[in-house]
Amino acid sequence: MKPVDFDYEQPRSVTDVCRLLAQTGREARLLAGGQTLVPLLAMRLARPAVLIDINRVDELQGTDTDDGSVVIRACTRQSRALADPAVRSRLPLLAKALSFVGHVQTRNRGTIGGSLANADPSAEIGLSALALDAEIAARSAKSSRTIPIRDFFVSPMVTALAPDECLTTVRFPVAHGAVGTGFQEASIRRSDFALAAVAVQLIVERGVCRRLTVSVGGGGATPIRLAAVEQRLLDTKLDDADLAEAERLAHDGIEAVSDIHASAPLRRRIAGALTMRALAEARNEALAGRA
Amino acid sequence: MSQHEITLMVNGEARAARVSARLTLVDFLRETLNLTGTHTGCEHGVCGACTVLLDGQPVRSCLMFAVQAAGCEVVTVEGLAPDAAGMSVLQDSFCEEHALQCGFCTPGMLLSAHALLQRNSAPTEEDIREAIGGNLCRCTGYKQIVDAIALAARRLSVANAPAADRQPS
Amino acid sequence: MTADAPTGFRYIGRRRRPKEDRRFVVGAGRYVADVTLPGMLHVALVTCPHPAARIGRIDAAMALRLPGVRAVVAGDELAQATEPVFSGLDLPKMKRYPLAHGVVRYVGEWVAVVVADTRAIAEDAAELVEVEYQPVPHVIDPEAAMQPDAPPVHADHGSNIFYRRRFVWGPVDADFAAVPHKIGYRARWHRSATVPIETFGVLAHWSSATQLLDIWASIQMPKYPDNLARALRLPGSAVRVHFDVDVGGSYGVKRGLKHSIVAGYLARKLGAPVRLLEDRLDNMRGGDAHGPDRIFDVEMAFGDDGVVRAMKMRAIDDVGAYAGRAPLQLGKPIGAIVGPYRIKSVAYEPISVSTNKTPEEAVRGFGQAPTNFAIETGIDLIARKLGLDRVELRRRNLIRKDEFPYTIPSGSTYDSGDYHAVLDKVLAAADWAGLLRRRDAARAAGHLAGIGLSCCLEPSGGNAAFEPLLNPKNETTTWMEACQVKIDLTGAIVAVMNTSSSGQGHETLVSTVVGEILGRDPDTVRVVHADSLGALPSNSPVGSRMAIMLGGAAAGAARKLKAQLTAIGAHNLGVAPENCLYADGAVALAADPAKKLSWAQLVEIAHRKYHLLPPGMEPGLQATHAWEVPTGGTLPTADGRVQMYPCYAFEAHVVYAEIDRVTGQTALRAYFVGHDCGVMINPDIVHGMTYGGIAHGIGAALYERFHYDENGQLLSGSFMDYLIPSSHEVPNITIVDHCTPSPLTTFGQKGSGEAGYLGAPAAIAGAVNDALAPLGLHIAAVPMTVAAVGDLLATRSMKGAIA
Repeated sequence: MKPVDFDYEQPRSVTDVCRLLAQTGREARLLAGGQTLVPLLAMRLARPAVLIDINRVDELQGTDTDDGSVVIRACTRQSRALADPAVRSRLPLLAKALSFVGHVQTRNRGTIGGSLANADPSAEIGLSALALDAEIAARSAKSSRTIPIRDFFVSPMVTALAPDECLTTVRFPVAHGAVGTGFQEASIRRSDFALAAVAVQLIVERGVCRRLTVSVGGGGATPIRLAAVEQRLLDTKLDDADLAEAERLAHDGIEAVSDIHASAPLRRRIAGALTMRALAEARNEALAGRA
Repeated sequence: MSQHEITLMVNGEARAARVSARLTLVDFLRETLNLTGTHTGCEHGVCGACTVLLDGQPVRSCLMFAVQAAGCEVVTVEGLAPDAAGMSVLQDSFCEEHALQCGFCTPGMLLSAHALLQRNSAPTEEDIREAIGGNLCRCTGYKQIVDAIALAARRLSVANAPAADRQPS
Repeated sequence: MTADAPTGFRYIGRRRRPKEDRRFVVGAGRYVADVTLPGMLHVALVTCPHPAARIGRIDAAMALRLPGVRAVVAGDELAQATEPVFSGLDLPKMKRYPLAHGVVRYVGEWVAVVVADTRAIAEDAAELVEVEYQPVPHVIDPEAAMQPDAPPVHADHGSNIFYRRRFVWGPVDADFAAVPHKIGYRARWHRSATVPIETFGVLAHWSSATQLLDIWASIQMPKYPDNLARALRLPGSAVRVHFDVDVGGSYGVKRGLKHSIVAGYLARKLGAPVRLLEDRLDNMRGGDAHGPDRIFDVEMAFGDDGVVRAMKMRAIDDVGAYAGRAPLQLGKPIGAIVGPYRIKSVAYEPISVSTNKTPEEAVRGFGQAPTNFAIETGIDLIARKLGLDRVELRRRNLIRKDEFPYTIPSGSTYDSGDYHAVLDKVLAAADWAGLLRRRDAARAAGHLAGIGLSCCLEPSGGNAAFEPLLNPKNETTTWMEACQVKIDLTGAIVAVMNTSSSGQGHETLVSTVVGEILGRDPDTVRVVHADSLGALPSNSPVGSRMAIMLGGAAAGAARKLKAQLTAIGAHNLGVAPENCLYADGAVALAADPAKKLSWAQLVEIAHRKYHLLPPGMEPGLQATHAWEVPTGGTLPTADGRVQMYPCYAFEAHVVYAEIDRVTGQTALRAYFVGHDCGVMINPDIVHGMTYGGIAHGIGAALYERFHYDENGQLLSGSFMDYLIPSSHEVPNITIVDHCTPSPLTTFGQKGSGEAGYLGAPAAIAGAVNDALAPLGLHIAAVPMTVAAVGDLLATRSMKGAIA
């Protein structure tokens, strides 16, 4: 399983990355962690003429924090993000999700930006970004722009990034107050692709849910926010009847695919149950004070 | 064909070579450097037989190109022993507990375990199983591997303890 | 060989570090991909995308123009130059060549090979080979394939049935009529395999100067050198297989004959060494290493007490597009067709069916694991039907220890056993009552929880009496092993084994046995693997045979040396050998032990002091022992009765599982196995293989399946979709040992290479079904995947009370 031959570039700046993308366009692939791209290369399902390795671009490494958000640069390793005190304290949902991502070996190479750009519908990082209302920054030789996460995932493995754009950062707003998070995933073996995964962040004030985001992935073409669940549970006490209703809404609101690992109905049932479990996890956390 | 000059440290030794861009790190180690202790079992990043340490961290060397490792430090199974004639405490513990049969997954297991013991000197069974969760074995059912890693952890902790504190092992 | 006293061993049965481990932990293993020769060329495969098609034009012009490409070879050329790959059955109209010849019969079948300077270039070129196909009708489902109007996989053969026979042993119909109850059920064992982490590979080098073909391969196969030589139309003495290649796991599947024929042919054609190394995609689809794919239809007849009197079993095995050795896997279970139970009569109808899928190969247990699953499914169903406790039901049915040796209806005699004792031991270790309480508490809390129990046999010793049984034209009754032990003139002991190893610890086995007999530290015994020209005949490590057969051969050779040393000592002490004591390699006067000759002295006499040698004794110290499998050597009777394997190990599994009622995920929370394989020569090795066998069984029971769609496409052809259990899926396992020695073997050892795998799927299936029972649900197909269990659970309401 040897890849096709390709040219290899190792730029040192985002400017150089964009310049190369402008020159090569659709014939090029960006190489970040490689944990999903290199298997595709090995199986010759990806056949780029040029591989642009962005792992040596220092300005794409690390995290920054300001008052309202944590910004993670695209090529930050998943293991580094998981260990980052800013992520652990200010983005607990992302920290929870990261512990489900792959294995030790893959987290040491896989990146936050790479996972997002890869846009696997069952990926934990994209799911969490959606629940956290993240914002993607992208640059090309011609321009820079930000893309709200809601507009970012288009279809399986396809994002809103243009062929000449490089994802540079992800900005995660930080929630304050009695915040609770829940991350639930079901896969066949530990660390397999999720059959379904649910990410929840909520804020409780005097026992009532005042902010809520619920996202689900694994069944459909992209991770989605469960607006029906969010609307139904906002301003409630999130008691068991509310959560049971959330399970039903989630189940009914999800599209899923069938494959050899699970049927579409099973994926929907799982997504529904995990929604309830994630909501319970987040609620309990919020009510107990930050766990 | 895109060819690149690279230099990197492998098992503490500086190595230089001219490589094709599409040559993976595992194939570079095995074929260019003749370090055949690292194995390929799937070439798509699942089995873990290709695990090496890159700048101290376990990675799947089938999912990297050699050209990406320029300037890095790589440790393979051949670099674990303290000297050419010996074995590390971990390697010796694998022998003591018979933590292998065909030996094919063993180098990858050792490196994942080595990395674990570097960061966690008193791992629980769950910690151990998590650390080797990305290394598949078809021979052992994992139990003797888990026992060996736990034994190595105990032995290493004793080795560092003052003589008066050592328990007979 | 009669049994030595089973107690009082010095080395046998003691925990000792296996010798092999050291080289593997320092990365000094030498697998086939580690062997390189100057000028070595590499092979990539051109495979077909259709399940059935006629092959038209093959155009390799563009491929050959690529720099570094040396040759492209297709089926016509190979079919002219080689003999067809052998089959275990008598199927003259089924011809199998390494490269498809005129017709392709499964997706992934090899159509052409490209040889180039590097594997990468070979793959580049393989993409440029153009092949015209005319698809023809295909058949994927085995029952559909059995219909008379099914598309024929092999038109000349006339049907898709490779083998069919109904054996009747005993008055089955009368027994069915004589008892008040019967059950009928179907049990489905979907296709999986033991899939080693190392794929198959072979390196071939032809020297025209010496007219010798050297072969290095990741091989575990009886009669590999001979079959390869025959296919290449070479004398056996022109093929030298290097058995000292370390094999990265095989568990039955690494037969690689077609790979080897290709590599051998190319090496001769091109005058350069040729390496054919499967990558994982090659291996999963076109490596021809799939395992049993069975449909069992079973009836059991039993009394009010649950004792099973008779059984009818029809076993359909979907062997895929070609029949190699795999169909014989319907025959081996005949040697334990009633399992460990006193079933009095049996009708058994094996049917080997061809479909347009990857061919099967031998897999660990050679068909016994699926058969055990089918039998245990019935036992559990009987317990449920009668409202009997599953343990008690088994107690009533198990052969009792005072009944051994016990002959089963199909003609095999079980050598020894105490099944009730092993069962008691594992139940005690598992705290059966405590597990029941744990299960019931979990259920009371709203969870799905179940306990599984299986009692299964592990036939061992590897007598391939199924060969003549399923193919009367093959009158093979020799199933031998041999070993040579030498003491050189420095006094160093070397033992020579004659086949490859893939992790079973043969070097430790042989050195321990030789050390035991000669009274010398096993660490001082070096064990080497001969190549096939220097080797004595061997039937390779299959059928859990090496502890018995290689152990027995090594012991036999060591005994001869011990006798020789004793005779030399006696001669030089001036007495008859009976008046001497041999201890630790020295020979002393029994009457006056201070008078003795040391090891060094004896060795020196043997090698250098001919004048002190007993008259007529050969100089030097070397002995060989070759022997036939105990109880072997007879052909089957007309009604298909034959002694299959000589020795029968026994395992009893207890497993506690919890199932997530929404996701269908099964978690194994506790695992206990009672195991009796007689005397264990090295306990760590035996335990290790049992743990590994259970891990294989977990995969077969819950995760692994070669999944085909209706167009014959393999949907689980990589490790992303073919799910092998990791350290998270295999629980901690407790083994409880018991020892009922075999009366047939040197030390009372039985084989145990297939342990764990033979009983685990049945036990896990039992646990899953016990967990589903309160919901009135039952699954009789493995693997019991998340998909299968999850969808089944959905047929019941998730809310509301549990029974």
